[in-house]
Amino acid sequence: MTYVSEGRIASGCSVGAFIDRSGRAISGDVVVELMASMRDRATDLGAGYAGYGIYPDLKDFYALHIMYDSPTAQVRTEEMLRSRFAIKRDEVMPTRQVDSIHAAPLLRRYFVRPSHLALAESRLDEEDEFVRRTVMQINAGLEGAFVFSSGKNMGVFKGVGYPEEIAEFFRIGEYDAYCWIAHGRFPTNTPGWWGGAHPFSVLNWSIVHNGEISSYGINRRYLEMMGYRCTLMTDTEVMAYLVDLLVRRHGLPAYLACKVLAPPFWDEIDRMDEPDRQVYESLRIVYGSASVNGPFSIVCGYGRGMFGLNDRIKLRPMIAAEKGDMVYIASEESAIRAIEANPQRVWNPRGGEPVIAQLYEDVAV
Amino acid sequence: MKRYEMPPSFRLKIDRDLCVACKRCTDECGFGVLSYDHEAGRIKAEHARCVACHRCMVYCPQSAITVEADTHAYQQSAAWPVHLREQVYRQAATGGILLTAMGNAMQYESIFDRLVLDACQVTNPSIDPLREPMELRTYLGSRPDSLEFEQEGGYRLKTEVPPQIRLETPVLFSAMSLGALSLPVHKSLATAARTAGTFLNTGEGGLHEDLYPYAENIIVQVASGRFGVFDKYLRAAAAIEIKIGQGAKPGIGGHLPGEKVGDEVAATRMIPAGTDALSPAPHHDIYSIEDLRQLVFALKESVEYSKPISVKIAAVHNIAAIACGVARAGADIIQIDGFRGSTGAAPTIIRDHVGIPIEIAIAVVDQRLREEGLRNRVSLVAGGSIRSSADLAKAIALGADACAIGTAALIALGCRVCMKCYTGNCSWGITSQRPELYGRIDPHEGAERLVNLLRGWSLELKEILGACGVNSIESLRGSRMRLRGIGLDAQTLEILGVSAAGASC
Repeated sequence: MTYVSEGRIASGCSVGAFIDRSGRAISGDVVVELMASMRDRATDLGAGYAGYGIYPDLKDFYALHIMYDSPTAQVRTEEMLRSRFAIKRDEVMPTRQVDSIHAAPLLRRYFVRPSHLALAESRLDEEDEFVRRTVMQINAGLEGAFVFSSGKNMGVFKGVGYPEEIAEFFRIGEYDAYCWIAHGRFPTNTPGWWGGAHPFSVLNWSIVHNGEISSYGINRRYLEMMGYRCTLMTDTEVMAYLVDLLVRRHGLPAYLACKVLAPPFWDEIDRMDEPDRQVYESLRIVYGSASVNGPFSIVCGYGRGMFGLNDRIKLRPMIAAEKGDMVYIASEESAIRAIEANPQRVWNPRGGEPVIAQLYEDVAV
Repeated sequence: MKRYEMPPSFRLKIDRDLCVACKRCTDECGFGVLSYDHEAGRIKAEHARCVACHRCMVYCPQSAITVEADTHAYQQSAAWPVHLREQVYRQAATGGILLTAMGNAMQYESIFDRLVLDACQVTNPSIDPLREPMELRTYLGSRPDSLEFEQEGGYRLKTEVPPQIRLETPVLFSAMSLGALSLPVHKSLATAARTAGTFLNTGEGGLHEDLYPYAENIIVQVASGRFGVFDKYLRAAAAIEIKIGQGAKPGIGGHLPGEKVGDEVAATRMIPAGTDALSPAPHHDIYSIEDLRQLVFALKESVEYSKPISVKIAAVHNIAAIACGVARAGADIIQIDGFRGSTGAAPTIIRDHVGIPIEIAIAVVDQRLREEGLRNRVSLVAGGSIRSSADLAKAIALGADACAIGTAALIALGCRVCMKCYTGNCSWGITSQRPELYGRIDPHEGAERLVNLLRGWSLELKEILGACGVNSIESLRGSRMRLRGIGLDAQTLEILGVSAAGASC
């Protein structure tokens, strides 16, 4: 079995997501139903889910979900984890045997906090950055180990199989989340592998993606200059790191980060009034290498909310809908209607125009 | 007396049945090849003077003239190619440095010609530039690593972005001085730059008074001779370039012979007419990188930090480290000139044997700047053998922000690359300061041809982008995955950061 891909994986896919802005937790069964209706867009080569609000009792700890291809990799990784973190809980990931799912890696999860000493030695004053770097080090340097989820009060579950089967395997129905993001994968040029399934996640960020990034080469080199190491050779990994860089590290509002990924055309910018024109001109000048070209629809979860975004000429489908506190995003309208028969509003967002939905301000999770 | 001269390289064939002895060709030739033989009553040619510039052939109303390569044979020897034997004959006769012009004429393999571009099939769609927007706009200048915004109703930019120059297509005209070029050519370039939304670079010869109205589209150069540099010149320009080196003659100064320094050139360069204009090899106030920094900031101060400062360097062996130093010295733009870059005059031996190809230089500089976290701080312009829109696309994919073209622009104006610019006899009027010759260039017509060239390349570049499935040039820039090498050795591929054809992504 291969956990580390030799080549870059491009894919076409289904994406589906929803959020309850009031913070009400919704069973994973609902998101599985959403994805099941788009089976045609998926294959048995990869699927995954990200749930936000699933670990309320351990919400102050980073939940590291790690896959190992050997006990040796596990031993070496755990040695590193122990040197850097206080580990609150360490357990085998709860799974269920599913006939069609073969050769799953060893799956464990750890609820951790950076140890004071390690944090001080790292000279990083920010826990998030410390965790991000550790995750990158494991994924790039520890052979046979792969951290696929590292946020707080959220978790990613993914593997090789159809969305319904992966849900069954990871017992998705047993988790309740206020925001679910899901993916079914149709890879175009390499066999699926567990780490390569979506969502891709770092810290609280998770991304599902339908598309192939035609600007991958420069996006990747740009991220490398900014200290990221693209180990998975997938388009979506690049997307996840870009969002992390723009929003978490550079502090751009999510809306402007979307405008970096899918910038307005120059003739639109030329027609803007000041100060907007200056805002978008400078975004393109400074962040040109971070703009993502080629067909894509993505949904990105970021803790308190999610946003959906299409490439600027909308070369992949993405539909949004709203009802009460709920906001839905999916590749197909039929999928949304499968779980909400009567949405108040259904719309087809324009290319490059983000759909941002987040918890109401007074909601604590 | 012994005769050592070489046989002529070219031979003019005049079809006597067609020739009506109108003498047009005798006027057209700047090199004095053709004359009218009164006794014989017909045109005669002194073949040895012919440089194959085609002027007579193109302008003969009877189409009676053909320029042919002289077919004289030499005994074959792989060890002694003909051009080397001829160099020895010439040098034995003169005892001097052999001069030439234009770019490296040796048969070094072109790396551009060993690189191929990518295109989309099925999984990511190609984009049709006839139906979808396709963006080539490019900014050159220093960029901060990140931007800060505040929200007041809408978003407001808090970060100050350093000055930029804006190109509507990622091509600008290389530095070519008035003196090397004739004034009508400078006017053609300036008009074309304005129409196409790009820039002319004055080279080291100053900016002629007539061109000040075009200053918004002009980059002015400050070179080692400091010709024509004064405050109005610096203030008028869109950007200022410090010329350290030139691809055709890295490490070598400049020499504009007094014959080419007429009144206009003299006034613009601020030197007496008829004197040789000598540019020293180094700037006499720059003997180190910290000296360069002082000049960069002296220029920034002089224009109150209102425009980007560019530094032009020749592609030499240690170019990556040099470029990093230049970036740290405060340059906003680095222009790198590859070893095929042209010149108005240079020693043949230097032109043909010094420096490295632009493809390599741009690749290593872009990579090193990234490794040192400096890539945002400078824009990169690649020059020296950008011969087509394909070269342009490949240079950009290797990491250039834009490319500079010199020879291609001159060819658009009629240049036949005869490599005799330094003689001042250019029959096309491009590099001549003789009024009867440079009067042949009509700036309006010249500008139109240059704009056509830029337009043609831009349309082709859009086709290339569309085929690659991207709709803006920044998505190709530095995206080396869109290139594959054919027949390049493993180390060269590694240096270029490009995979061999057949390798998957």
